[in-house]
Amino acid sequence: MKVKLQHVAHARSGDKGDTSNIAVFAYAPELYPLLVEQLSAERFKAFYSGAIKGEVLRYPVDALHAINFVCHGALGGGVSRSLCLDNYGKALSAAVLGFEIEVPDSLVPLLKNLPEPA
Amino acid sequence: MGKTIRVGSGSAWWGDRVEPARLNAEQGALDYLCFETMAEATVSAAQVRARRDPSFPGYDTYLDERMRAVLPACMRQGTKIVSNQGWINPEGAARRIVELLREMGHTGVKVAAVNGSLITDRVLELTDRILENGQPTSTLAPTLISAEAYLGAEPIVEALRAGAHIVVTGRVADPSIFMAPLMHEFGWDPLDHAKLGMGNGIGHLLECGAQVTGGYFPDPGFKDVPEPWNLAFPIAEVSEDGSVVITKVAGSGGAVTLQTVKEQMLYEVHDPANYITPDVVVDFTTARLELLSADRVRVSGISGKPRTPTLKVSIGCTEGFIGEDMFFYAGPGALRRAQLAKRILEERFRIVGLQAEDVRIDFLGLNAIHGAATSADAPEPYEIAVRVAARTKTREEAVKVGREVDGMAVSGIAHTGKRVPHQDRTREVIGVWSALVPREQVPASVVYFES
Repeated sequence: MKVKLQHVAHARSGDKGDTSNIAVFAYAPELYPLLVEQLSAERFKAFYSGAIKGEVLRYPVDALHAINFVCHGALGGGVSRSLCLDNYGKALSAAVLGFEIEVPDSLVPLLKNLPEPA
Repeated sequence: MGKTIRVGSGSAWWGDRVEPARLNAEQGALDYLCFETMAEATVSAAQVRARRDPSFPGYDTYLDERMRAVLPACMRQGTKIVSNQGWINPEGAARRIVELLREMGHTGVKVAAVNGSLITDRVLELTDRILENGQPTSTLAPTLISAEAYLGAEPIVEALRAGAHIVVTGRVADPSIFMAPLMHEFGWDPLDHAKLGMGNGIGHLLECGAQVTGGYFPDPGFKDVPEPWNLAFPIAEVSEDGSVVITKVAGSGGAVTLQTVKEQMLYEVHDPANYITPDVVVDFTTARLELLSADRVRVSGISGKPRTPTLKVSIGCTEGFIGEDMFFYAGPGALRRAQLAKRILEERFRIVGLQAEDVRIDFLGLNAIHGAATSADAPEPYEIAVRVAARTKTREEAVKVGREVDGMAVSGIAHTGKRVPHQDRTREVIGVWSALVPREQVPASVVYFES
């Protein structure tokens, strides 16, 4: 089934100049391969469409069951010169929680806070 | 069972809460309490303020509040303090702490000030290229406010070795503030990159305070923590081999879990195998995490690689102004009215000839935060704030933003809600650039005071 990423992973963003790093963490080790397979740098950047202006670098960290996305040109030219209300981009990591991800039936019981089917 | 050192956090940034620092001082049974109070633009902002306001002492504006909260317990229990609250005047901060100690009746306490990070007068000779854009740093000469190198832990260790009970610094890399006590207590060599990798990794877990104990974390139904209004700052129980248990004062709110520790481990990290600090290059990819019991997470295996020959320099420059204001719509049709309001402002900015490098008109409630990444199927909100911002070269231009928002009151459209324009709607922009400097060009010095 297809679900929003928020049921598969949690995320946190951090800032350095005009670069935001958005780290995505699988809720369970078994869910981590889904991130590795489906959340490519290209898809990640496309999902953020115009909000990330530069290159997206992707660093899987197996030990943490996490992928770190380093997003250049994501903070309006840099924290201090950005015109965005959230100039540190601390809320930027929430957007990816809406990314649609395919989950095999066998892993559905591991999903976090999935609404009961109607 | 060897020696264990308890290091606690007292702040993660200038505006951080003070109560959790008091809690850590009083109930953390700490050997060291460490404060991080600087953001990227803190030094430049302090320089600008010091030029305008001769009474500004140049150190953390909350120095008194923080020290009054923690000094009584720290002095009673023998907890040492390491803090970067010195900003552009570490000696001034040290002298003020001495005054506070005397006021509280504590005499003979050694307070050290670490100087040397400020290199504004030499930065253009010592540095070559701007890291962000490859341009020569000399292009920054006309707008330069301040430049400071990120020092490592060594001068703090020197001060502790000399018997300082409190060490206050200018710009020091955040994790180094928390690692310095470990180097001192365990006698780690500054070139022992294996030990320092673990030590700086621990520093990184502590430097953002509550972000590892349940702050910047809760999401109802997905990531709940108990009593998030009552968060504590973290405590690291560090063993001689560098392994650590991250925990917090019992009975406080929040949580230390595998999830909170993982999130903080990658916070503001780029390549997780190469996190560059002045003291060491940290590799988080080898970390091992283990939940021992409630609110106790053991971290081991963080590794390190030899430090680089350079230090990072932060260069602050004047870069013009931002003008900013907002007004409001609600009820059925809020979005269509907001859209017409946006059109009116765009036209009026043309009419008044606004000279701006960048203009942004957001619908707060719909797209102000995620901008172009806002989901296409986002529902139409019931309330919208139209938020307008422009970056300009001069304050005169920036003022135009607020003036045209004023015009929306009677020359706008139906159902426009507006604030009375009582506050200054312009602010100065300090742009921050980075460069590298050979480390031997930035010697630190330590000055001692006694209460």
